[in-house]
Amino acid sequence: MSTVTLTIDGREVTVPVGTLVIRAAEQLGIYIPRFCDHPLLEPAGACRQCIVDVEGQRKPLTSCTTVCTEGMVVKTQMTSDVAAEAQKSVLELLLINHPLDCPMCDKGGECPLQDQALEFGPGGSRFVDEKRRFTKPVAISPLVKLDRERCVLCARCTRFSQQIADDPFIELFERGALEQVAIYEDEPYQSEFSGNVVQICPVGALTSTEFRFQARPFDMTTTVSTCNRCASGCSTLVQERRGQIVRVLSGNDPTGQDEWICDKGRFGYLYAQVPERVTEPLVRKGDEFVAVSWAEAIASVAEAIRGARDERKRLAVLGGGLLTDEDAYGLSRFARVVLGTNDIDYRLSGTTTADDAALGQIAAGAPTAGFADIDTADTIVIVGVDLREVAPIVALRVRKRMFAGGVRVIEVGPRASRLVVSGAEWVPSKSGAEATSVDGITANGTTVVLAGDRLLGDGSFAHVWNLAVERGWSFGWVPRKANARGATVAGCLPGMLPGGRASDDAQSRAEIQRVWNAVPPTEVGRDGADILRHADELGVLMLVGSDPAADAPGALDAKAAIDAAEFVVAFDLFLTESTSRADVILPVAAIYERTGTLTSWEGRRSKVRAAVRATGPVQEDWSIFAQLAMELGHAGFPRDRAGLRAEMELLERATDERRVVETEPTDVTPTELVWCTYPSLIGEGAMMRGADALLETARSPMIEMHPDDAARAGVTDGTSIRVSSAHGKVQGIASISRRVAPGVVFAPAQHAALQGNVLAAASGVTTVRIEREDS
Amino acid sequence: MSATLQETKILTARWEMPGADRLEGYLASGGYEAFKAALAMAPDDIIETVKAANLRGRGGAGFPAGLKWSFIPKDRRPSYLVCNFDEGEPGTFKDRELVERDPHQLIEGMAIAAYAIGSHEMYIFCRGEFGYAARVLERAIGEAMERGILGKDIFGTGFDLDCILIRGAGAYICGEETALLEAIEGRRGQPRLRPPFPATHGLFNLPTVVNNVETFAYVPHIITKGADWFRSLGTEKAPGTKIFSVSGDVVRPGNYEVPFGTPARDLIEGFAGGMKDGKALKAFTPGGASSTPFFGPEELDVSMDWESVQAAGSLLGTGAIIVFNEDRCMVRAAHRFTAFYAHESCGKCTPCREGTYWLEQTLRRVEDGRAREEDLKTLLDVANSIPGRSFCALGDFSAAPVQSVAQRWQADFRKHIGSGGGCPIES
Repeated sequence: MSTVTLTIDGREVTVPVGTLVIRAAEQLGIYIPRFCDHPLLEPAGACRQCIVDVEGQRKPLTSCTTVCTEGMVVKTQMTSDVAAEAQKSVLELLLINHPLDCPMCDKGGECPLQDQALEFGPGGSRFVDEKRRFTKPVAISPLVKLDRERCVLCARCTRFSQQIADDPFIELFERGALEQVAIYEDEPYQSEFSGNVVQICPVGALTSTEFRFQARPFDMTTTVSTCNRCASGCSTLVQERRGQIVRVLSGNDPTGQDEWICDKGRFGYLYAQVPERVTEPLVRKGDEFVAVSWAEAIASVAEAIRGARDERKRLAVLGGGLLTDEDAYGLSRFARVVLGTNDIDYRLSGTTTADDAALGQIAAGAPTAGFADIDTADTIVIVGVDLREVAPIVALRVRKRMFAGGVRVIEVGPRASRLVVSGAEWVPSKSGAEATSVDGITANGTTVVLAGDRLLGDGSFAHVWNLAVERGWSFGWVPRKANARGATVAGCLPGMLPGGRASDDAQSRAEIQRVWNAVPPTEVGRDGADILRHADELGVLMLVGSDPAADAPGALDAKAAIDAAEFVVAFDLFLTESTSRADVILPVAAIYERTGTLTSWEGRRSKVRAAVRATGPVQEDWSIFAQLAMELGHAGFPRDRAGLRAEMELLERATDERRVVETEPTDVTPTELVWCTYPSLIGEGAMMRGADALLETARSPMIEMHPDDAARAGVTDGTSIRVSSAHGKVQGIASISRRVAPGVVFAPAQHAALQGNVLAAASGVTTVRIEREDS
Repeated sequence: MSATLQETKILTARWEMPGADRLEGYLASGGYEAFKAALAMAPDDIIETVKAANLRGRGGAGFPAGLKWSFIPKDRRPSYLVCNFDEGEPGTFKDRELVERDPHQLIEGMAIAAYAIGSHEMYIFCRGEFGYAARVLERAIGEAMERGILGKDIFGTGFDLDCILIRGAGAYICGEETALLEAIEGRRGQPRLRPPFPATHGLFNLPTVVNNVETFAYVPHIITKGADWFRSLGTEKAPGTKIFSVSGDVVRPGNYEVPFGTPARDLIEGFAGGMKDGKALKAFTPGGASSTPFFGPEELDVSMDWESVQAAGSLLGTGAIIVFNEDRCMVRAAHRFTAFYAHESCGKCTPCREGTYWLEQTLRRVEDGRAREEDLKTLLDVANSIPGRSFCALGDFSAAPVQSVAQRWQADFRKHIGSGGGCPIES
């Protein structure tokens, strides 16, 4: 990389060509005051605060827009009166219309305007005339409020909206002293990233409705943790005051999230502190749940397990995809050793040997793609996943490449994501034919394929995996559940023991046995769909953070399945459609009360640290597993997190090799209309409780279809329609959209008003019929 | 003053000619012959001719047009030609009349320039308030299209050229060329960061030439009569004629075309008929509101060209002479101009947005007779804190009226201290 050498305040510094003066100064530890400058946004040169004196220039220059040149001599406010005077006067100007309401402003105490006015500004103001007045605050969205009087018009928020998120969120309106941030009148407010503008606002102009007037920055304690709302693996700063979480901020990771998190990760914390949370063990007595001691709860669950095992009934586990790595490993080991079963799946759908064989290679440590591959690829292929809805921060990283240019992004699928709106190419493909649609893509240069869970269940995942291996593409798996990858490595899958070891392979079983000092069961496990299908055979069904009644495909009739199991124990925070059918509910810790690690889509492990203590006697899952194991006489089961972690690490594997897996041809292209459904990022669910403002930002669910299909069915935009499949029916309002491929009908899953998954088959393609409500 | 004062009518030659605003009239007076001649020339030769003529931009900065055209990279990227017809400088009304009375002269000049830089698409950005001028232009473009003067395969030469009229939405800032380009692209009129400059990254991020109406209007004449003829007019460094817009307290306000170097006195006392009602002259702007500082009677003999006006301490700007008589309050004038800048500041940068707001607030209070002794120093401090620190030239110029008053008409200011209700000069 070629460099230039320049002098700032008499000190030499060598920086890469293209570096801005303000960045070069930072490398020397020289801080130049700034408001509009942000290292992740394009330079604006708007606030003029960072003015410096550059030798040979007829006027002082803004260091945030000036590129370093060889031999340049820069004098900052430290050594130049011109710069210091200019900065002082800009600060005085910035403050003439500023309300100076710091004592009641949320930003007070962490405000760049406050801090820099103190350090670089004049002591007082000479402005005696009338300040500009605005109505305040105005709601920009249910989550963000705007106080225009405090705004310094740095355009960070609008640039974020344009350059990073690429959504119609906010823009600058009007001009002169009346210039202001505002929302569009004719374009719907739509942003899953709105909280970031609050975080990067250099004054108290943008505040979040959840945090307004809640706490002073200096009254909170901050814990660096990891978000578990999706598999992106974002670092978060969880801030508590008096035992309550009051704010979650984005951490900073230049190799992944940058400084961004989505609104779900930022504002979705409230579920942990709503009153309806289950904080004591509950045991069913007749038609009611009765709070009992942990000792009693453990004893009753242990008894059920012992009874089922004595009677040689099947025992099964659903869940594990949201746990920490240690808990997931503990669950996997608990299922095999204490329950004696391979019937464990964190998914609620059917699977194929081929897909699981591909997952097994990932679990065994085969190389997979990460953010770095997105950063350097010439071509990015996205298939089987709506990246914006499933892993929004991964989507932002792709969008970052698109904004910089020099990359080809191709999305394959039944419904175009917002990345397509941002300019990605789209290969429309009916559900079931997604994987084979990738065959025809000729990708140039280094290619990464990002594959999602929509491919799992009919061999499509294996198909894309094989393509990647054969064509030398790097393969990234972007799962929907936050710790699906950790749970996969831990072996929370039917055919798979920890480290991707096949449960029917003698060598693998021997390796496991050495560590566990116990024999894993030999019987072939059932997947999520089969566990639910044959729930009547179950002596014990364990639901670990799993809500099949709400989340499972309609074909599986999960409510009846839960009812059919003899004994159901749920590890959960809430009474849900599923847990309310259980015999025992064991209250577990929320992510903010836990310690451990999460494995992101990249395979990166990040630490989760407890930021608060739960209000009741809740426990982390591993602790409950250990107590049950002890109660049932399994002395060798690790008794603490460290013990589980040590075993887990012993069983981890790594390989450079990727192998083609055996797969059946999957040419499923039905001529009928096919159903496509997946949850929106901001949708309903147990972990959205309490986050009312966040839920208000959810898009109202519609049944989307292509104009051609709509015309055939006599459906127009806004028509009330019914969609039915072999498994159920839903009704809703039709939205005619070219973002849906011809032959595809889409609705979001898991939305109370429109539960798309009700129609779905256990795996593979669901064909549907549509009819007008009035027909 | 001499009774033989005569305008040098080149750009304005057709103004009195009936029907010159229609294609037939324009053709009858030799119109589009220069374009035909130009199409027979090598594009680079046209640029060389314009360079040799030293045609300097009439928009205010006086940058040589030929040189600007030669900056367009000779790669195969498409390029654009843009006419800045966002004539918004206070006191300036020459481009409007040029377009309303002789629209084809502009189109011909632009067409030649477009051919010279190899552009096939040219834009005219018309100030939003100019409804009539826009209609005249629209009709003229239509006429030219219909006659094959614009469009495909012009005059059988194989050269294609489209002309698109864009109407502004009423923002002075769009006269700043990068804000103008933003506006054409459909965004807010706010200036862009430079570099990169429009010559390489202009409209739609492609190479672009932006010139003023008066500049383009001269091109056909230079092609027809040659560089030497052009250089024989005006001064050595400022060849050619210039249309000066004279307004204010004069007998005959209007546009007058004279060679560069004509003394201001000739324009004010000669062409414009002198001061109205026999009043004495107190001040005049040599180049609209954006000229620093305003002139007084002492500068009446300054030659009106870029170099002479600058040597006298001000700027020629657009050549808009606004005349104030002895009864006028310069604080009031400064307030009016400052209110204009505060209203027109795009809001992007702090010094211009907040500085003009502050100046306007203070001047309004001073003009109301509630001035304080310290206000003068504050006004001057604030005014001095804008130029050189703002994002674009709008901020640089916005301080001019206040600086003028503070430096030269302090007496007017002092009369406002403790004067009670209202302006003590113009009651």
